[in-house]
Amino acid sequence: MEQLVDRLAAHWQLGPWGQELLAAAAILGVAALVFVVALTYAGVITWIERRVAGRTQSRIGPNRVGPFGFLQWLADGIKMILKEDVIPAQADRPMFRLAPYAVMLGVFSAFVTVPFGSLLIGADLNVGVLFLLAITSLVVVGVLMAGWASNNKWSLLGGIRSAAQIVSYELPAGLAVMVVVLGAGSLSLQDIIRAQGGAPWNWFVFRDPFCLVAFFLYFTAAVAEGNRTPFDLPEAESELVAGYNTEYSGIRFGGFFLGEFANVYLLSAIATSLFLGGWQIPGVTPAAQADSVLLQLAGFAVFFAKAWALVFVVIWLRWTLPRLRVDQLMGLCYRYLIPLAFVCLLGTSALLLLVTPGSGADLALRLGTTALGGAGLLAFAWRVRHHIRRVGDRVSLDVLQRGARGVFDPALQARRYGAFRRGQEER
Amino acid sequence: MGALASYLRSIGRSVLSLADGLAVTFSYLLRRPVTLQYPDRTPEPVVKGLPERSRGFLEVDLDLCTGCGACDRVCPIDCIALEVVKDAAQGRLIRRFDIDLGKCMFCGLCVEACPTGAIRHSHEFEGGTGDVRNLVVPFVDAPRPPAKAKQEPPPAPKPLGAILRARMPGPWDPPRPSSPAQGGDHAA
Repeated sequence: MEQLVDRLAAHWQLGPWGQELLAAAAILGVAALVFVVALTYAGVITWIERRVAGRTQSRIGPNRVGPFGFLQWLADGIKMILKEDVIPAQADRPMFRLAPYAVMLGVFSAFVTVPFGSLLIGADLNVGVLFLLAITSLVVVGVLMAGWASNNKWSLLGGIRSAAQIVSYELPAGLAVMVVVLGAGSLSLQDIIRAQGGAPWNWFVFRDPFCLVAFFLYFTAAVAEGNRTPFDLPEAESELVAGYNTEYSGIRFGGFFLGEFANVYLLSAIATSLFLGGWQIPGVTPAAQADSVLLQLAGFAVFFAKAWALVFVVIWLRWTLPRLRVDQLMGLCYRYLIPLAFVCLLGTSALLLLVTPGSGADLALRLGTTALGGAGLLAFAWRVRHHIRRVGDRVSLDVLQRGARGVFDPALQARRYGAFRRGQEER
Repeated sequence: MGALASYLRSIGRSVLSLADGLAVTFSYLLRRPVTLQYPDRTPEPVVKGLPERSRGFLEVDLDLCTGCGACDRVCPIDCIALEVVKDAAQGRLIRRFDIDLGKCMFCGLCVEACPTGAIRHSHEFEGGTGDVRNLVVPFVDAPRPPAKAKQEPPPAPKPLGAILRARMPGPWDPPRPSSPAQGGDHAA
């Protein structure tokens, strides 16, 4: 972006004041662009979330507004803006009004350092990863403010839970990120991506077994930091009504909502940059990609595909797992994730000392880890096939057991119930 | 050693069970949904698939109605408004037979009381309308003589729900003008 500003300034022969103005305009323009992109992504994620939730539960999900219900998120957004904005009488008004902005600020500022392509990035900070870890902590402040200002015990409990959770899970997330930073030797997200390659065995996730574990640790910790199910204790509806955003309505609730969903994309994009090779295309060097607009777009597409695949995983995880208990949540963090993260950090450091980068042993390690990951995916696909074959491609909810003629058919019931019982015995 | 082994075993167990849980939900993503997209994408109208004895909105076949008023008397919430008048020239006339579908609780007492089977439950249930007054369905347009209790030959049975469907207002119809013949604002 700075190069672009310099080039334009030279082209128009601007004085120093003109240059400053141009730079300011460029910053505002990029900020607006990133904000709009982030909002759009957050909206689209809500649609994907509801479609995936539907299909997981043998439903269809939104299907009325636009093709496949795709415009549902726009309709929801309009609804949210038009709704009444209620502030409780006993609430701390300024804090209550401010809290959603703190949450949104924490999430959307993080988009500044998240790349979309090799040149498509708000600002490639040299402390990128640290900036991300720091700025996303603002979310805690917003959530605590919301919990406190609502003057409601459930909200306050939700806010405090959220603070405890985010502060705890910063540790394994930070340690897992350090594993990558060790290998890349830089904190800048673009440098970290450049240190990887296009092919899977050149990604950091498959560099050695410790990195593979670190990827899952980071992913788990990031999901927990984003207050997503199964770690959504701060807004556990069965215990705390809706946690810190119980008293919020209208567009202020929308602020929390969009922040949460933008955070889902954010954590996926960060995981993609750190572990999955970002915008790297196999066989294309980063320098070549920077020169060609077409390769730029291809890099954007690659990044987009990886990040949205991870978004899907986050959503899929949510509709699979039940919520953890508070003590289990803390136990998972302090008894499992943090020790494992330390082991990974030490293991990767040892391997960095023992194995020369680029040597045959290094390649063997990478290929071996990739094979391990591939075998895991294959085993997973086999299990999916097993589950489909066991139940068939359609769940029968026909409680009346009506056959083709629309009346009760005992033979059909016996057949179906027998199939179900056989399935039970197989297990 | 025992503690470490159980620690590692619990990690392995949770990873495997988590992966299998994800496999179960993923298998559902590859299955067809079971949703029936009521109301507009059902294979056939839901009204047709309802059980034989299901109680939908009431309908009255005036070719059978003797105007005895048994249904009106037995109705526990007065959702039936029946008016029979004596005319010097024509004798007894049914002037009004309104049923308030909004009040009816589908108890079926009127159907049991009816000696000729003139009032019955149809299978219709979709009565959404923009104005609550439209839920009062009049079955008599102009005063007409009641039917005989025994008719030879008996009139042909009408298809279930046909009488009601012809008289139900559409969802966006304006409120029906309440004519003096129908006794003014019945819903009030």
